[in-house]
Amino acid sequence: MSETAGFPIVAGILSVLFGVLIVAALSIWLERRLLGLLQQRSGPNRVGPLGLLQVVADTVKIFAKENWVPPFADKVVFVLAPPIVIATALASFAVVPLAPGFVVADFNVGLLFFLGMSSLAVYGVALSGWASNSKFSLLGSVRAVGQMVSYEVFMGLSLLGVVAQAGSFSLVDIVNAQKGLWNCVPQALGFAVFFVASLAETRRVPFDLPEAENELVAGYHTEYSGFKFAMFYLGEYVGVTLNSAIIVTLFFGGWSGPFLPPIAWFLVKTVFFIAVFILVRGSLPRPRYDQLISFGWKLMLPLALVNLVATGAIVLATAGPR
Amino acid sequence: MERDAILRELAETFGAERIHAQETADGLPTAWVEPGLLLDLLSYLKTARSGAYPMLYDLTAIDERERSHREGQPPSDFTMVYQLLSFERNEDLRIKVALEGQAPSVPSATCLWPSADFYEREVWDMFGIAFEGRPALRRILMPPWWEGHPLRKEHPARATDMGRFGMSEDEQAAMLEELKFDPVKWQVDGPGPEAGAGTFYINIGPQHPSAHGVLRLVAKLEGEVVVDLYPDIGYHHRGAEKMGERQSWHTYIPYTDRIDYLAGSMNELPYLLAVEKLAGIEVPERALVIRVMMAELFRIISHLVFYGTFSQDVGQMSPVFYMFNDRERAFDIVEAVTGGRMHPGWFRIGGVAMDLPRGWDEMVLAFVKHMRGTLKDYDAAIMRSSLFKARTVGVGALSLGEAVEWGATGPFLRACGLDWDLRKKRPYGGYERFDFDVPTATGGDSYDRLAIHVEEMRQSLRIIEQCVAGMPAGPYKADHPLAVPPPKDRTMRDIETLIDHFLAVSWGPNLPPGEACATVEAAKGQNSYYLVSDGGGMSYRTRIRTPSFAHIQMAPMMARGLTISDLVVILGSVDYVLADVDR
Repeated sequence: MSETAGFPIVAGILSVLFGVLIVAALSIWLERRLLGLLQQRSGPNRVGPLGLLQVVADTVKIFAKENWVPPFADKVVFVLAPPIVIATALASFAVVPLAPGFVVADFNVGLLFFLGMSSLAVYGVALSGWASNSKFSLLGSVRAVGQMVSYEVFMGLSLLGVVAQAGSFSLVDIVNAQKGLWNCVPQALGFAVFFVASLAETRRVPFDLPEAENELVAGYHTEYSGFKFAMFYLGEYVGVTLNSAIIVTLFFGGWSGPFLPPIAWFLVKTVFFIAVFILVRGSLPRPRYDQLISFGWKLMLPLALVNLVATGAIVLATAGPR
Repeated sequence: MERDAILRELAETFGAERIHAQETADGLPTAWVEPGLLLDLLSYLKTARSGAYPMLYDLTAIDERERSHREGQPPSDFTMVYQLLSFERNEDLRIKVALEGQAPSVPSATCLWPSADFYEREVWDMFGIAFEGRPALRRILMPPWWEGHPLRKEHPARATDMGRFGMSEDEQAAMLEELKFDPVKWQVDGPGPEAGAGTFYINIGPQHPSAHGVLRLVAKLEGEVVVDLYPDIGYHHRGAEKMGERQSWHTYIPYTDRIDYLAGSMNELPYLLAVEKLAGIEVPERALVIRVMMAELFRIISHLVFYGTFSQDVGQMSPVFYMFNDRERAFDIVEAVTGGRMHPGWFRIGGVAMDLPRGWDEMVLAFVKHMRGTLKDYDAAIMRSSLFKARTVGVGALSLGEAVEWGATGPFLRACGLDWDLRKKRPYGGYERFDFDVPTATGGDSYDRLAIHVEEMRQSLRIIEQCVAGMPAGPYKADHPLAVPPPKDRTMRDIETLIDHFLAVSWGPNLPPGEACATVEAAKGQNSYYLVSDGGGMSYRTRIRTPSFAHIQMAPMMARGLTISDLVVILGSVDYVLADVDR
């Protein structure tokens, strides 16, 4: 907090909030264009230059839709569920340092805050499926809960190596600790595990089982439409942006880089990882539910543990007695 | 084996007076038996030690009440027709049963072949013929509230014959209510107690992304595990067989394109082969080769859609776009040759509609070259993807015995290990002149079915190449009075020719009375047209035996005990099209 002393906190929050929403909205455009490129087609290219205003047009359209709640749904929970998804993702950005001194809240437990928030997001998905009172939605949210509980475990564990190296849970400290060498080199294993986990956290292909279009129609948000659907939709992209930002912060030196100003470096790296998320979506098939869960518990969890133990041993050995 | 040997064998076994042979234009051994003998005879044929007929290939009926040319056939109001297939003899056998009266019934064959279930329900639905010794009959293609049996001759064929169709809101609600799943009405629920607390029913379709059309499946789930599956078809039923009875022989051709709508001209082939058998038309060489080329092109087109949508069912979102782009290239050729795209309606009785355009060969060869390259890319992206294999290998596996028992044909059957391709076994329409291999696999699972399809595309490319290299010169249409009207310039000189021309153009040809069935190895399996001509300008009965109908009936058997995700993979691997199921 001290670093933002000269910086009006409300302006900071607003600029991060709007910045994130704009990046998330642009990543929708980026995804549609990139997938188009991958799939021998154009993607949106009519609204505005390069189709950039497509998202705006879609937003206007979706705002104009009827705010409808199915008669068989649990109304209160049905309406409350989508904001949970988007709010938890946005709140996590509070701890992400975008540039030196440019962070809304530099907690000393910032990383735990991020993990906590992403755990809360599952409530949005679980409740939406429950409140929809529809079988496809319920199947989707049951899948989501199982998947996210399993993947949360090693998501946290995969990050402990980074924490051990930096000696702090604060994201600013972690970025500063990468001055000499980015964490992606010593923590390559941790990075790989975290990347898989963040794909699962954002429910993106190949971990999109909760919405698995081909099987569950649209999974947990089958019954949603209009603005409430838009919150799920945007929430997914905020989640992708968040996870890319976290990857950059934890493993790729955050804002650091030559020539360009720090905030630009941070953006470039984040957009790069957003693109990686999109490329993964464009190329992989989806595993079956039991395969997904056993992949998590039988391969990813042991890998995360190995990484943690090895990192711990090396840190202990090199640090010497205190 | 000598032709009609089976008829003699049957006469020796059951007594010559009980087996009544019939001559047909297709030369298929045909025997009439009385209803009492039917099951004994079928069971004898199915289990005979040598030369058995293990597959119930088709089961249908004919309303004979208005048929005038029935020379040499026993009296009958309704005739049941069973077509059995013997791999060993490489021969089909047609068994007919004469039924009298307005509400006839016949013993059910479901005790011998489980696959008879759908067919018997269809015959009940369409003809009102009852079957004894099986679960009560429900309509299958028509809605439950339909009155009358559409393929009976007294049932109107045109909307204008039926009076204005309307529904009040109450009627609509009542009809929707009747469509709701009800285990009692559907007679599907097994013993209740085994259903645990977590068991529930879920409606998959008729609107569902993976139903590939308007297929409705009611799944009984326990968690995500499919305990049982009840298919409900008929949402895509358009009365194609009934339409055959009011379209001239010629004008029915475009309807056939829309049966398996992914394989366009391929559908015209069995229909025309049957018509040509009835009429005794010899098709010129060039026309044969052009037809083969177009049929194989459509096989590739159909397989590409299958390939792309299957990989999408497994969760890959990109390949389908590539496949559809390749399909567009093939359609460019179809368009250049025929002027149409998906449903060109371009084959004609005795040949094709017009000659090939200039430059067709370069287009085709460029396509073949392009496809060879992209098929390699697809192998890398799909066939060799470990995640894809993890989802498909061993899923929906079927033994060869089951496949034969249930009437599976085409890639489905070959994936189970049987080397059975009609193009090789009973070359039709000029296939004997081409050199190609018949791929088989042994697993019988979803992955193998895909592998067969992929290899078949390569073989089709080979055939197409041979068509280009060896395209014979000559006419593209038979010079036969039933195939082409007299030359136009001569009609101006004598009145007889003018009348002939007028009749041939406005009413179409009258085919000699008789029966003929023609079968082809279509994209999805064996597709047959069984035509009965009463000497008129229209078919008396058109029976379309489609592979998808048989295959969709097998879905419950393959999906039981697997998860919903597996069910989607199985459906994707079956390669069905609802238009082909419901006709």
